[in-house]
Amino acid sequence: MTWAERWTMIQPWLPQLWEGTLVTLELVGLAVLIGLILAIPLGLGRASRHWYIRAVPYSYIFFFRGTPLILQLFLVYYGLSQFAVVRDSMFWPYLREPYWCALITMTLHTAAYIAEILRGAIQAVPPGEVEAARALGMSRSQALQYIILPRAIRIGLPAYGNEVILMLKASAVVYTVTLMDLMGVVRTINSRTYQFELFFLVAGLIYLTITILFTQVFKLVERWLKIEASRKR
Amino acid sequence: MKSYKKVLLAAAASLFMSVPAMAETLRIGTEGAYPPFNMINSDGEVVGFDIDIGMALCEEMGVECTVVTSDWDGLIPALNTRRFDFLIAGMSITDERKQAVDFTEPYYTNKLQFVAPKKSDFKVDKASLEGKTIGTQRATLAGQWLEDNLGDVVTIRLYDTQENVYLELNSGRIDGALADKFVQHDWLESEAGQAFEFKGEPVFDDDEIGIAVRKGDPLRERLNKALAAIIEDGTYEEINAKYFPFSIR
Repeated sequence: MTWAERWTMIQPWLPQLWEGTLVTLELVGLAVLIGLILAIPLGLGRASRHWYIRAVPYSYIFFFRGTPLILQLFLVYYGLSQFAVVRDSMFWPYLREPYWCALITMTLHTAAYIAEILRGAIQAVPPGEVEAARALGMSRSQALQYIILPRAIRIGLPAYGNEVILMLKASAVVYTVTLMDLMGVVRTINSRTYQFELFFLVAGLIYLTITILFTQVFKLVERWLKIEASRKR
Repeated sequence: MKSYKKVLLAAAASLFMSVPAMAETLRIGTEGAYPPFNMINSDGEVVGFDIDIGMALCEEMGVECTVVTSDWDGLIPALNTRRFDFLIAGMSITDERKQAVDFTEPYYTNKLQFVAPKKSDFKVDKASLEGKTIGTQRATLAGQWLEDNLGDVVTIRLYDTQENVYLELNSGRIDGALADKFVQHDWLESEAGQAFEFKGEPVFDDDEIGIAVRKGDPLRERLNKALAAIIEDGTYEEINAKYFPFSIR
């Protein structure tokens, strides 16, 4: 097969590949954004000095980091639907849809990782800076708002960018619950064309391109948030 | 150094020469999630109609056989990358598949038929199916038939295994399922399928199921001969009767 022949083979499937890419992007985008919002209280709680505040986020993170994403997805998708209570509940119209099951699972999964990133970042803020803030008369919550969180965000950002890329790749498991994400589309195309190598290669290139895009975006954000130590304020 | 090489060479040569003397071993590829044709029993063994037929063919050909399983949509690539030698997994002979592999004569003939809850008003015509969600297995004739004939009116959910389709039929996430009639029959007979029934007449009844081999592999002819022989001597009928109270040929 020449490259021209390969291209004519790919061409008719481009609309489907595009649709699949959009589903993947939407799922990952929403999951890492909602996950970030959920992770803030979780991460703060996890960094608490009191064990009874730490306990709940700790068990949450322990469960979601300790089990594979695909298992969590199957629990939500196939597991919950086995209970009549769930099927009769007000949540069923959502839990019935593979899209919502995938989004919920991915969000809960990534929130655990982001919370852990945030906890690490909060604890990495130099204690001297926190002491300085307190010495200047800032209250505990003022220090959190003006010193600790802004510093922690800068420290944690590269790790967060990493997590987004990990989620992009992990999202490929959602095809197993019938969702037509990029992977689902490619496997369906394969079942019609039997050109496995070709279409897996195409999918690989699309995932790579998205990864490059994400990396560049995070590079820009990091640059934008950077504060030169020598800069006058 | 030289003599060392000679020894190695001799060893290698004897290895090659001894191959034809050993009993030929073939690997049978199947899915293992398609009862009653191929499934994994509680002891972890692959069993079913396909396996019995495959083993009968091996016995007829006078070769040793082992069974290898793979995901359904990875079966053809696995065959072509020599993970096994022939593929017996209830696979329909289609033009698209023929471009990737060769098929033997059909070893059974299949029909596609809908299954839905007994209490549901499920009619098999395009107008009544509109808006329904239908589940089926990815990369199957049923999936293709749905896409080609009802793709514009129903929502199609593609699952990796037929077992997952039934799980979803039970949870009510899908309104009906389209699959091979004999597989549906087997499930309807089981405890899990009690609240369900066939709906309408079979929608496609010329589905020939073959054994796949790599393109140009002479094994195809040997399998054809063996297949004719086990049909002739009644072995096929015996296996058929073990799984179905009617003939599926």
